[in-house]
Amino acid sequence: MIIGSYRVERSTRASRAGFAAMLAVIVALISVPAWAGRAEMRLLIEVSYYLALAQAWNLLAGYAGLVSVGQQAFVGLGCYGFIIATAFLQIPPLVAIPLTVVAVGLIAIPTAFLAFRLRGAHFAIGTWVLAEVLRLIFTLVQAFGAGTGMSLPIHVVLDISENRVIRELILYYVSVAIGIATVLLVFLWLRSREGLALTAIRDSEAASGSVGINQQRTKLTVYLIAALIAGLVGALVVLEKLRITPDAAFSVTDWSANVIFIVIIGGIGSVEGPIVGTLVFFVLRSLLADYGAWYLITLGAIAIIVMLKAPRGVWGLIGSRYDVHLFPVQRRVRLNLD
Amino acid sequence: MNLLQTEDLVASYGDFQALFGVSLAIEQGETVAIIGANGAGKSTLLRTICGLLRSRHPTDVRFDGKPIGSLEPEQIIALGIAMVPEGRRPFPSLNVEDNLRMGAYCGRIGPWTLERIYTLFPNLAERRLAMSPTLSGGQQQMLAIGRALMANPKLLLCDELSLGLAPIVIRDIYAAMPGIRDEGTTILIVEQDIQRALRAANRVYCMQKGRVTLQGRPSALSRDQIKLAYFGV
Amino acid sequence: MYWINTIIQGALVGGLYALFATGLSLMFGVMRIINLAHGDFIVLSAYLAVVVINCIGVNPLVALAVVVPLMFGVGYLLQRGLLNFTMGSDILPPLLVTFGLSVVIQNVLLELFSADSRRLQLPWLETASVRIGDQLAIGLMPTSVFVVAVIVIGGIEFMLYRTDLGRAFRATSDDPDTARLYGVNNRNIYALATAIALAVVSIAGVLFGIRTIFDPTIGPARLLYAFEVVIIGGLGSLWGTLAGGIILGVAQAIGAAFDPSWDTLAGHVVFLVVLLFRPRGLFPKTFDP
Repeated sequence: MIIGSYRVERSTRASRAGFAAMLAVIVALISVPAWAGRAEMRLLIEVSYYLALAQAWNLLAGYAGLVSVGQQAFVGLGCYGFIIATAFLQIPPLVAIPLTVVAVGLIAIPTAFLAFRLRGAHFAIGTWVLAEVLRLIFTLVQAFGAGTGMSLPIHVVLDISENRVIRELILYYVSVAIGIATVLLVFLWLRSREGLALTAIRDSEAASGSVGINQQRTKLTVYLIAALIAGLVGALVVLEKLRITPDAAFSVTDWSANVIFIVIIGGIGSVEGPIVGTLVFFVLRSLLADYGAWYLITLGAIAIIVMLKAPRGVWGLIGSRYDVHLFPVQRRVRLNLD
Repeated sequence: MNLLQTEDLVASYGDFQALFGVSLAIEQGETVAIIGANGAGKSTLLRTICGLLRSRHPTDVRFDGKPIGSLEPEQIIALGIAMVPEGRRPFPSLNVEDNLRMGAYCGRIGPWTLERIYTLFPNLAERRLAMSPTLSGGQQQMLAIGRALMANPKLLLCDELSLGLAPIVIRDIYAAMPGIRDEGTTILIVEQDIQRALRAANRVYCMQKGRVTLQGRPSALSRDQIKLAYFGV
Repeated sequence: MYWINTIIQGALVGGLYALFATGLSLMFGVMRIINLAHGDFIVLSAYLAVVVINCIGVNPLVALAVVVPLMFGVGYLLQRGLLNFTMGSDILPPLLVTFGLSVVIQNVLLELFSADSRRLQLPWLETASVRIGDQLAIGLMPTSVFVVAVIVIGGIEFMLYRTDLGRAFRATSDDPDTARLYGVNNRNIYALATAIALAVVSIAGVLFGIRTIFDPTIGPARLLYAFEVVIIGGLGSLWGTLAGGIILGVAQAIGAAFDPSWDTLAGHVVFLVVLLFRPRGLFPKTFDP
């Protein structure tokens, strides 16, 4: 056998098909308000922010090896940041969203300084403690209603638009755009130089160090990106729910457990996994909606089984069987055999 | 009957095959040395005998006539094969005495006790409460041998005893071998130092690229034969 | 006098916190895994005691005789049937499997026992106290809990440093492959470590249930306390853990003395301060491989 030449390629037929499918999904999502009801739109808003949180956590745990159980810290800060900006500082809501994200990023830096003193499994609980500290602090602030929380003042809502339909349209499009943008951002970032470094750390921490990758800096970048995404989601959550309590804003079940289960079930360490996981999560939730605690019991049990039997999740099973990558991060070497 | 017998033994690390049909037989009471260059498969052979690597068929390794090729390390030591691992591997958070006691964990009764080990290696007695990483290389090697002896093995496997040690220390360690043999323990030594191996053993196997290339009594082997078997040139 | 009383009460709770931490520390020490369901096992033990008390009508201390062996068995089976399959160089599987367990246990308890708060009743011990001076009274129950905690920690320390089993734990923690060479069956050793850890947890859980009210959701907070105690005390030292427990207990008591809603937060803050200035804990083992 003589190897004539080879070519390096990134996109595959599946990825081109995937790109086409994604475009179709985006078009469909844009058209949703034209034919769907309020309930469907609210569901898709929720799907969008869980998708964003899942991508963020996947970046943390699946690529940077930072298993965090404390992302609720930044969702909660996003919630309260948005309320402070709009209700107390009278900043217009659509300006307040980016400002909140910046503020969350600034607070995330000192928390990183503390959390990064703990390694591996200890990091996981460390981040959880930090989130608890923030929750407890907000239960003490009387101005925000302490433990009982507060509602978003009506003028803030009216500020977006006096018209309820237009308001819901704006919130819908902003949320869906953020969901899609997060997926694209993570995908493009993983293809960048820094992203490649991250994949190298995932595959071998020791080897990546020896080829001159500054792991601490890369990990810190990931930690901050994940915090910013969570902060953004937090601001959206307030706009959607219109009311906030410390327990809901810093909920470990909503913002960590659900998100972790989504990523594990969908498939950790790939861009596609969290997308698949989010879909599975919402299907399961609608199926088990009437069974109370059994819903979380089932979700937890499925996550345990997936972790043990199929550690690359549902997407890993699909990907290994059919060799499909909708979001080709890696390059492939193809030999031209003559 | 042979104490240890391997027959056409094959072993691999994943895709990399390290042993290509090694057959050897060791009788009760012998001291046998396996010599060979780096990568000849000597350590792989010991790792397969003590169970850290699996052989292809259970009967490829027999001890006391029983097939042991499919047993786990913790089952094999209970039968009486103890290993002095390459790199000595003391348990770093245990002191000298606790390291030695770990050797007796399998519960085999026999001539070797803490006192006997301390008589054999007085250096260890002086440092019995020291943490193992604070020992010198030679003391760590003595500790590793003592720990294996505490299991009162019928067969003692010694992997690269002289690696990284000063000649004078190596001499001290080999000086302990007759005392061990006198208790009836059969010894299988893997050694890169040919002279040292020839002097210590009744019988020598030479390995090259995963195969046995020469065997015999040290006195019966010529220098050229060994050179050919060792280097393959 | 008020402050002395506060500090003594805090220190006595600290014994219980140290007991929470001992199980966590044992599992981490032997296997390098953090059991995120640790706090939920504490709560589970308290509920098991509730069931035992309801079924055979004994007092909580007698219930221990059933709950402790039961949790020992649960720990053994949990490790052999589940956690042993997560062991390896990757930290993710044990963390996520135990996190999943935490959510499952919490919600199963919610289904079975509802969200109502409970308490294990032990009337005569609850009220008894020794009066020292006018304003200082030391409760018999907090003191007994502290004494039991010290005895259990001492027992674990003895087991680790004076028995064959403890030596095997330490050797396996150092180098599992070499330990196997000397006859240690790692899977069994890991299972025994988890079994002992959960037996300790069950003692802690029942004592906790006698001291305070509990409901199915309070597990994670106990996990955080246990973790903070381990880090404050320094890894690998059980007497350091006891000291860590006392420090956390006193910090919470002083916080609560200023304002009852500050207790948990004050504990967390002390933990963060220790993490900031002494990341290896206040009493690290001088020798740490």
